[in-house]
Amino acid sequence: MSEKTIDRLASATPVRVARKVKGLSDRAIAWIFVGPTIFLLLAINIFPLLWTINLSFTNFKANRLNREVKYIGLRNYERILGDADVWLSMQATAHFLFWTLFFQVLIGFTLAWLINKKFRGNDLWTTIIVLPMMLSPAVVGNFWTFLYQPQIGLFNYIMTFFTGADPSSFDMLGSVDLAPWAIVIVDTWMWTPFVMLICLAGLRSIPDYIYEAAEIDRASKLRQFFTITVPMVLPFLMLAILFRGIENFKMFDLVVQLTGGGPGSITEMASINLKREAFEKWRTGYSSAFAIILFVTVFGLASVYVKALNKVKER
Amino acid sequence: MKHLKIASVGALSLAAATLSTGSQAEDLTLCWAAWDPANALVELSKDFEAESGHSMNFEFVPWPNFADRMLNELNSGGKLCDLLIGDSQWIGGGAENGHYVKLNDFFDKEGISMDDFAPATVYAYSTWPKGSPNYYALPAMGDANGWFYRKDWFGRDDIKAAYKEATGEELGEPKSQKELLKIAQFFQGREIDGNTVYGAAIFTERGSEGITMGATSALYPWGFKYENTPGKYDMEGAVNSPEAVEALEFYKELYKTATPPGYTNSYMGESLDAFKSGQVAMAMNWFAFFPGLYADPDTGGDKIDFFVNPPQNQAGSTLGGQGISVVSYSENKDASLEYIKWFSDPEVQAKWWSMGGYSAHNSVLNDASFKDSAPFAGDFLTAMEAVQDFWQEPAYAELLLAMQKRVHDYVVADKGTAKEALDLLIEDWTEVFEDEGKL
Repeated sequence: MSEKTIDRLASATPVRVARKVKGLSDRAIAWIFVGPTIFLLLAINIFPLLWTINLSFTNFKANRLNREVKYIGLRNYERILGDADVWLSMQATAHFLFWTLFFQVLIGFTLAWLINKKFRGNDLWTTIIVLPMMLSPAVVGNFWTFLYQPQIGLFNYIMTFFTGADPSSFDMLGSVDLAPWAIVIVDTWMWTPFVMLICLAGLRSIPDYIYEAAEIDRASKLRQFFTITVPMVLPFLMLAILFRGIENFKMFDLVVQLTGGGPGSITEMASINLKREAFEKWRTGYSSAFAIILFVTVFGLASVYVKALNKVKER
Repeated sequence: MKHLKIASVGALSLAAATLSTGSQAEDLTLCWAAWDPANALVELSKDFEAESGHSMNFEFVPWPNFADRMLNELNSGGKLCDLLIGDSQWIGGGAENGHYVKLNDFFDKEGISMDDFAPATVYAYSTWPKGSPNYYALPAMGDANGWFYRKDWFGRDDIKAAYKEATGEELGEPKSQKELLKIAQFFQGREIDGNTVYGAAIFTERGSEGITMGATSALYPWGFKYENTPGKYDMEGAVNSPEAVEALEFYKELYKTATPPGYTNSYMGESLDAFKSGQVAMAMNWFAFFPGLYADPDTGGDKIDFFVNPPQNQAGSTLGGQGISVVSYSENKDASLEYIKWFSDPEVQAKWWSMGGYSAHNSVLNDASFKDSAPFAGDFLTAMEAVQDFWQEPAYAELLLAMQKRVHDYVVADKGTAKEALDLLIEDWTEVFEDEGKL
C-alpha cells in the first residue's frame, strides 16, 4: 500500500472514531476482539456445564416444571455407578470404541500406504475410497439395514458365498452375538477413509531424502518402514485416533438407525442410554449426573492421550 | 361537528371489529400420528372448514417419532398444536402437567355428554385421575390390537388337509392364544405357491412402544394385572404372577418359532409389509389399519379376514386409540373448542366411521347396521369390550421404556428368564413410583 493510500484512508476515518481509537490501549483493543468470543464461550459452554453440574444433584425433571425440585446430594451419582445397565452400556461403548479404532487404524494405514505408492488411477481410487465418509450417517444406517436384511440383504448373500450357510440363517442386526460386530463393520466402512486421509498426509510429509539416506545405509525396506515410516506417521495416526475416539465415544445416529440399541440392550451405547434418560424418560437430574460422568471420563482420557501425543511429537 | 362525526364513525368501526373478533376465522393446527385415519380426518375436516370458516392445518408425525416429537412439544410449552390427538397413555401427564385444557365446563355448556361415548373409551382416553369425571379429551378414535389372516390360504383344501394331518384339528380362526401359536408354527417355513411363507408378524420393536404393545396382547388374555389393588401400586405378585410369566414365555415362543427371519425390531409398518408382501399367514396390528388392508388390491378383499386377539384364561386386547384434546398453550382455544363441539356431533361421527375412522360414539356403535358395515366392525366391538391399557401415569414414558427394555431383553435378546425379566420390571417401576412419591 502506498504512502498516499494510507494517508487517504487515515483522512477518511471520521474524527470521532479516530479520537476514540486513539484513546484505547492495546490491551483494551485486544479485549474488544476477544470479548465476544469469551462471552459466547461462557454463555454456551461454561454456564451450561455449571448448570448441568448443579442439576446433577437434584431430582429435577424438565417435563414436570410444577414439581418441587429437591437437592438429593450424590444420590444420582450413586444410582448411576451402581446400575448394572449403565455398566453394560459402557461395556458396549468400549467394545465399539476399541474395535472400530483397531480396524480403522489397521485398514486406514494400509490403504494410505498403498495409495501413497505411485500407480495409475491413484486419484480415482482415492476418490472412490473416501466416498463413504461423505454420506450422512442416517443414509448409511438405512442402506446397511437393507444390506443386512436376512432374506434379501446383499451382505448375507456374500457371506453365504464364502461360508455356504443359508442367508436367512443368521441375522446381523437381530442376533445378540452379531449385532455388536454389525455396527463395528458399518462404522469401519464409513470412517476408515478419514483415518486413511490423515495417514496419507503423514506419509506425504516424510521427505524423500530420509529414505534415500536409509538406502545408502543399506537399510532394508522393513527396517525403513519401522524406523522411518511408522515413527514419522505416528503423530498423525494418534491425531486420527483422538478424533475418531471422541466421535465414537459419543456415537449415536448410526447405531440408532441400525439397531436402535437392540437386540435387547446389547448395542445400547452410553450416548443412547443418556438420550433415553434425558429426553424420553425426562430424568433431567439423573441424566445430568450421567453426562458429567461421561464428560469426566472423556476429558480424563483425552488429557492423558494428548500428553502422550505431545511426547510423541517431541521425539 | 365534522370531527365528532369522524370520531363516531371510528368508534363504531372499532366496536364492530371488536365484536366480530369472537367469530373471526382462525388457522387451527391439529397434530396426530401419520397413518391412514389421519388422512381420513383431513377429508372429514373440510366440512368443519366450510361450516365454521376456520382453516385447518395438520401436523402428522410418523408413529416411531410421534411420542418423542409431541411430548417434547408439550413439555416445552410449544404453540404448534391447537388440537392434539394424543395417545391414551399421555392423559395423566397432559392433565397433571397442565398441557391439556380441562373440558368439563365446556362439555356442560355445550351439552356434550360423555354418556354418549363407549364407556371403555371415555375411561381410557378422557379421564384423569382414571375413572373420575374429569375430562381432558373427547374420545376421537377407538382402537385395539387385533389380527388379520390370509383367508384364501386358510380356505385351501390342501392346506386344510395338511393342518388336519399335522395337528388333528380343523384349520380356522384361532379360538385361543395357544391355538394361534399352533397355526403360526404350522405355516412357518411352509411352501405356498412356490414361496416360503412364515407364521405370524408380531410386534418386536425396541425404540418406542412396539414390543410392549405386542407382549401385552399375550399378557392380558393370560390375566396380567399391573397392581394387586388398583391405585396401590402393589405390583409384586401381579406383574410377575405365574400367569404373566407363562404369557411372556408364550410370546417368546411365538417370536422364536413363528415369525419371519430378521423380525427383531418390527412394529406396525413391518407387520403391514410382511402381510402385503405375502410373507406371513397372520399378522397383528391395530384395527385402525383394517380398512386399508381390506381395500388392498393384492391381499385384501376375499383374501383377508380379521379376528379379535384370542383369549386364553380370559378375553383381553391391548388398547390403542386416542382422544382429542385442546392444548393449553394454544392461542386459538375458542376455535379449537368449536372443532371439538363439531366433531362430537353424531352425524359427523357417523361420517367419521364411514371414512375409515373408528368412532367411539354410541350412536354409531349401537346402530343395528354397524356390525355388518365392515368385515371387521363386529370384531372391533368385541375387542373394545375387553380392552386393557398400559399405565397412564404422568411418568408413563419411564414406565414404558422400562418395559420395552426388559421385554426386549428377554424375548429377542435371550437374556434371563421370563420371571427374571418381570422381577426386574417391578424393580424399575418401583423406582419410578418412588421418584414420583407414590410409593
